[in-house]
Amino acid sequence: MDAFLIQTLNGLDKGGAYALLALGLTLVFGTLGVVNFAHGTLFMLGAFCAVTLSRILTISKQVKDESITFFDAYKEIPYLEIWFPDLGPVIIDMAVPLAIVMTIPVMLLLGLVMERGLIRHFYKREHSEQILVTFGLALVVMQIVKSFYGANPIPTAAPSALAGTAAVGAWLGLSDAIVYPWWRIIYLLFAGVVIGAVFVFLNYTTYGMVVRAGMADRETVGLLGINIGRRFTIVFGLAAVVAGLAGTMYVPIVPPDYHMGLDFLVLSFVVVVVGGMGSLPGAVLAGFLLGILQSFASMNEVKQVLPGIDQVIIYLVAVAILLARPRGLLGRKGVME
Amino acid sequence: MSIFDQKYGRRTVLKTGSALAGAAAIAPMGFVKGAYAADFRNDPGNSPTVTFGFNVPQTGAYADEGADELRAYRLVVKHLNGEGDGGMLNTLKPAALKGNGVLGKKVEYVTGDTQTKADAARASARRMIESDRVIMFSGGSSSSVAVAQQSLAQEMGVVFMCGLTHANDTTGKDRRRYGFRHMFNAHMSGLALGPVLKQELGTDRRAYHLTADYNWGWSVEDSISKTTEGLGWETANAVRTPLGSGDFSQYITPVLNSGADVLVLNHYGRDMVNSLTQAVQFGLRDKQVNGKDFQIVVPLYSRLMAQGAGENVKGIYGTTNWNWSLTDPGSQAFVKSFGAEYGFPPSQAAHTCYVNALLYADACERAGTFYPPEVIKALEGHEFDGTGDGPSLYRAEDHQVMKSCLVVRGNANPTNQFDLLEVVNIVPRSETTYPHDLYPGELGPYEV
Repeated sequence: MDAFLIQTLNGLDKGGAYALLALGLTLVFGTLGVVNFAHGTLFMLGAFCAVTLSRILTISKQVKDESITFFDAYKEIPYLEIWFPDLGPVIIDMAVPLAIVMTIPVMLLLGLVMERGLIRHFYKREHSEQILVTFGLALVVMQIVKSFYGANPIPTAAPSALAGTAAVGAWLGLSDAIVYPWWRIIYLLFAGVVIGAVFVFLNYTTYGMVVRAGMADRETVGLLGINIGRRFTIVFGLAAVVAGLAGTMYVPIVPPDYHMGLDFLVLSFVVVVVGGMGSLPGAVLAGFLLGILQSFASMNEVKQVLPGIDQVIIYLVAVAILLARPRGLLGRKGVME
Repeated sequence: MSIFDQKYGRRTVLKTGSALAGAAAIAPMGFVKGAYAADFRNDPGNSPTVTFGFNVPQTGAYADEGADELRAYRLVVKHLNGEGDGGMLNTLKPAALKGNGVLGKKVEYVTGDTQTKADAARASARRMIESDRVIMFSGGSSSSVAVAQQSLAQEMGVVFMCGLTHANDTTGKDRRRYGFRHMFNAHMSGLALGPVLKQELGTDRRAYHLTADYNWGWSVEDSISKTTEGLGWETANAVRTPLGSGDFSQYITPVLNSGADVLVLNHYGRDMVNSLTQAVQFGLRDKQVNGKDFQIVVPLYSRLMAQGAGENVKGIYGTTNWNWSLTDPGSQAFVKSFGAEYGFPPSQAAHTCYVNALLYADACERAGTFYPPEVIKALEGHEFDGTGDGPSLYRAEDHQVMKSCLVVRGNANPTNQFDLLEVVNIVPRSETTYPHDLYPGELGPYEV
């Protein structure tokens, strides 16, 4: 029971990241019909929003380190700590949550620029051309980030108050040994809130309903005098924000590097395809499902029977689902079937 | 009238001619030591310069180590060319180097990115050998990368001085005549770590291994589990993790209820930083299992990793090849030069790369040639000191340096920003030496 609970939590926490990425990806496909291979890059850029804010907050004064005697060494003291000895360290400690405020406008802007500047020219082109151009864009952006931030991962910690573990077992009246990191629980809750907000936006606002109508029949909505193209552009920006937020909050879990978007890209496409291209509930369902499966496949009991299964489980399940149901779990008939 | 009719008979002429031809054939080899025909690969000939190739991971899981290796190589080239304060040129004993390059030729260098991948490393090394005409190449983190490059070195007849590689295979089953390793290995780590683990953690423990899934990880897992089982510990489980996993949570969660009270992280570089950080995030260090405090052991440590993992390393045991805080003249000379150049002390990766390039250059001077078989012979069985490792031997049989190594612990009370590892024990060469045929292998021929 203990192992089951821990692996379920771990799967949900992984699934949260997969679902957030896949949600944006499928949103773009469902509205614009674009297969966006640069979506992982948006996740990476979101992570670097947190890194950038952390660096801004820790702009430092160099002070000679007198404890080093055999060469001149300097230690860095952030100006924030010099100017505000009490408040400064607290602000620096909260860099990642504060970065959310920065990520939303930055990613919205980046999404709009990307859509207007490049993506819109490929709406009516073949999917293969869309894949080529967006993948090329991803590579260019990766190299730009690498040239600014270097190739190495940049550790950026969660707020110290959230660095410990939550006694999940004790809460549920189970073993005290079952604990789970606070930040991962927060990430899971955060993913739930963002996914919920996107669904509310699409289902319960006039704007969202028009977008959904446009997804179903773009031509008719256009004939009603609605500029559906502009709304879809905003949707692209929204997808960029969702991916960016997923990246920002992921920073304390795995230190980001310029390559992290590509690491997630293939996985998120598998999630989208399994969920059903263009299906938002499908992306979320598949994200959590594959996260949980991956977590359970990593259990020693499973690996003793099927060695290496943890590395391939997602792809095996994807193959099985697509064989049985080519449109994916919740995909519409005829879409990428 | 013929010459044969008179003073010299035909037989005499033939005999004399044969003798002269034979003498002419063998004479140059008898007295022209080192004057080898210019038919070895990348012979610098009359060029005023000679080129070294530094092939390090500039991207991938070991990019931090690669960056520091490159710093060390730049420094050693400066010192070899007589620039700067000379660093270990002043402490190496015996030393044939004069600070005027190598054999009077100024040292130049080219760099490459191994990407921490064996195929990329081989491609980069091949480019260095074929296009840049390097006389020697060096570098690399990751044992699979080192083994791949060593094989290429043997195929192409160009000496490879291994950078950071710790697997037993490198100088065991995969040893090569053209490959040399200054770094200690997993077996030596086990020999060094065993007594400290026994003293600090006792003899009744259950260990759970998380192991990087390639030859280095397997090697360390094998050596450390043999050591700990020898102490009386039980190995609860050994789980392989893909290199560069990033998120290790799915491998750490099963540890929580495995009944193990020690987690051995057979990871290095970014993998170790991530797995250790996440293990601490999952509360392992706060746990009590089997009535004991849960402990984490990191068999191969470096200051760069300690820096990346921050507070999480405090109190955690491991081994390292070298640490900047050592006080012997060689270490101090190197740290002073490196610190003056870059503003921070070198890592163990930087140290081993610096020493290896220095030892290669010294071997060329002692051999009086760049001809690889002679340079190899100059390195084989070479005893040296003054490199921060105590009296050391480049063992002829497997090209492994026999030297002291360090048991360290994450420093709980650092005195400065770099004081992250506390040296618990300097284990002397006599205790880390093992039979060369313990991990059998074939070096291969001198001439290729």
